[in-house]
Amino acid sequence: MAGTSFAGEPKFLDLLFSRRAVPVALAIFVLILTLCVFAGFIAPSDPDRMSVRSRLTPPGADFWLGADAFGRDVLSRLLYAGRVSLGIGLGVALISSVIGIAIGLSAGFFKRLDGALSRLIDAMMAFPDILLAIALVSILGGSMVNVIIALSIVYAPRIARIVRASTLVIRELPYVEAARALGSSTLSIMFNHVLRNILSPIIVQGTFIFAYAMLAEAGLSFLGVGVDPSTPTWGTMINEGRQYIDQAAFLIFIPGIAISVSVLSLQLIGDGLRDAMDPRLAKEL
Amino acid sequence: MTAPVLEVRNLTVDFRSRHHSVTALRDVSFSLGAGRTLALVGESGSGKSVSSLSIMGLLPRNGEITGGAIVYRRKNGGELALNGLSQRAYRNIRGAEMSMIFQEPMSSLNPLFTVGDQIGEMLMLHSDLDAAARRGRVLEMLELVEIPAAASRLDSYPHELSGGMRQRVMIALALVCNPALLIADEPTTALDVTIQAQILDLMRRLQHELGMSILFITHDMGVVAEMADDVAVMYAGTIVESATAGDLFANPSHPYTRGLLNSIPRPGRDPGQRLVPIPGTVPSLSAMPPGCAFAPRCGWAGEECRKPVVLEAFHTGHDVACFKTREVAGNA
Repeated sequence: MAGTSFAGEPKFLDLLFSRRAVPVALAIFVLILTLCVFAGFIAPSDPDRMSVRSRLTPPGADFWLGADAFGRDVLSRLLYAGRVSLGIGLGVALISSVIGIAIGLSAGFFKRLDGALSRLIDAMMAFPDILLAIALVSILGGSMVNVIIALSIVYAPRIARIVRASTLVIRELPYVEAARALGSSTLSIMFNHVLRNILSPIIVQGTFIFAYAMLAEAGLSFLGVGVDPSTPTWGTMINEGRQYIDQAAFLIFIPGIAISVSVLSLQLIGDGLRDAMDPRLAKEL
Repeated sequence: MTAPVLEVRNLTVDFRSRHHSVTALRDVSFSLGAGRTLALVGESGSGKSVSSLSIMGLLPRNGEITGGAIVYRRKNGGELALNGLSQRAYRNIRGAEMSMIFQEPMSSLNPLFTVGDQIGEMLMLHSDLDAAARRGRVLEMLELVEIPAAASRLDSYPHELSGGMRQRVMIALALVCNPALLIADEPTTALDVTIQAQILDLMRRLQHELGMSILFITHDMGVVAEMADDVAVMYAGTIVESATAGDLFANPSHPYTRGLLNSIPRPGRDPGQRLVPIPGTVPSLSAMPPGCAFAPRCGWAGEECRKPVVLEAFHTGHDVACFKTREVAGNA
């Protein structure tokens, strides 16, 4: 209570780290990110070098994480693939959040735009995700940037819908009316009073989209419309390994674990961020 | 009396729905003198809040001022017609010249910002003070509204404060830019009785020190007696009686006012005497009786009460909208 006021404002990072899982998750995520970014220096071998004799070698001394159907080193491929997968996941989560927030806030705030924007959101969500993504990538052409753009467009309506719903609730709260009665501008109300108060659901949804995007990218690659098929991604590694699931299950487990661990750590970070930004929860920690 | 700070003349407000429209305010007129407190009294749905929202330019989208005028006298002496003012122009005077405090102190503050930040935002909007000066001014305001250990409260979040403290913060927020007009929409309804008395004392003291005018909206006759210089009693979207507070309590001359006063306990009454409720309920705005809206609930009502009734001077400074005023007042 008063003690914290005298000791100065509690630091954001202190709050963030006061949840014990957060520093662990952050460390793991940074580790994964570093390993993948510096794949060129760290990877034990060329991710594309094939060797027929060592095909489907289980993890061991020669190949730490085994070798795939073409005898390529899974560890090296995993690290190189991480660049693309994490890049797509983070890129889509960020861009779709920005687009979704813009659409959702406008729809929730301006009654006149609401009808049109809500119908647009409904229409986009009526398409199966992957079909819409295929259509967009076919129009834009297959490259990592275009896949990010296409998936961002596909997932933006999910954010937009949540933002709109939350905006409709917050907009009617007395403190928003009070802010208006005391002379705040519409923009200040939108960002300071509404957006700040609906960040938690956006962060939670954003971490989901991070995971969805990595998996959707795998689907796109599998269907031949994603990133150039010779570029390894965690999703394509799972797809390729699928055929050998009875002989070499590690081929799907290893990239699967990479996806799970990065999604899990990002979600824990997201939870921590959400709590650290909410002063009511922060007090209890 | 000096020129009024706020003058509302024949204000009529309609609310439209898809199929029909209802008249929420009909021909409402009142004026608020500089440094005085005018209480708007009435039941729920009588049009008190619609009046205050019309003045602040905060009517919901389907509400529209269809007649009359609202004239505000600015701090610099100029007259400003508030109806028809653009939202941009409104923003500049809201908070700076006219402010409002609300009924729910628990939810009228943004939970994510400290008290200091929220009061500071007002200064950021309406003054050119730098950050340090703003903080100093905010501290000064918190002390003015008698928040204990004000310096350590600057960085508190709303959830760390009690209801009474939050209402003090709301008052500080509303008054930090020295408005000439404060609209208080049932500011004490959600508070304990002891806290109510403190908040009313505080508002009276601040009015005295800062010289602002207060439009006080309430349904509580006790609060009216405590606070008001002048009273306007509203019923079903019209003003049925308006007088100075002393005159109104001494000679209530509209049956509705008498009903309100008879339905609350007062010291000095015979202990065995029962309170007299007003029978019936406020008519729906879409099904107004012809003539006097109060007639169906009124013990004095007669044939002539089916004809339209207007607010007329009963005696100097005391207006009543009733055909039976003389009988009602004489019965006191």
